[in-house]
Amino acid sequence: MTTLEWLISGLLCVGALFVLLGSVALLKLPDFYTRLHGPTKATTLGLGSLVLASMVFFNLQLETLSLQQLLIALFLFISAPVTAHMLIKVAMHHKLKHHHTTQGVDKLPAD
Amino acid sequence: MFSLILLAVMAVIILALCLNIWSLLRGPAVADRLLALDTMYINSIALLLVYGVYASSQLYFEAALLIAMLGFVSTVAVCKFLLRGDIIE
Repeated sequence: MTTLEWLISGLLCVGALFVLLGSVALLKLPDFYTRLHGPTKATTLGLGSLVLASMVFFNLQLETLSLQQLLIALFLFISAPVTAHMLIKVAMHHKLKHHHTTQGVDKLPAD
Repeated sequence: MFSLILLAVMAVIILALCLNIWSLLRGPAVADRLLALDTMYINSIALLLVYGVYASSQLYFEAALLIAMLGFVSTVAVCKFLLRGDIIE
């Protein structure tokens, strides 16, 4: 394996680890307000790392110019916070149950 | 060696997708299921990206971009429906 392949492998492993971490967080955390953190932060970071790995692979290893990956990363980094904001608005609108240690629920608007 | 690492990474992402299906089926609220579906979109983009590297083909990025856009739009549409009872008022 060349140095470039080691670099790509490292980025891929970090990305896969963070993607898995996001999914485990989605499964294990106690309530919706905490569960939202996993996919919106860990999974987005993992995907960014995977996109970086594939950019290195196509632009340096195969020496072809490809910028679509950058487009994917940019779009996801813009859309993930918007999705999280919409989802938390839904959760507040539906007044979902919260774990007793979840912070900041007293700031939720009363009826 | 490199293709083995790629296969292992794909296996990890597939494991993440299986965990997502579990939380999609478990719920309990509609918002939880929606969050699980959104995460599944992102994980499938990750799987397509790694498969594109594995196959050394740039064809898969177009599909990944399409999934990214449709996933975002559909999640926002369902959120809007849950919030207002209507998508376009």
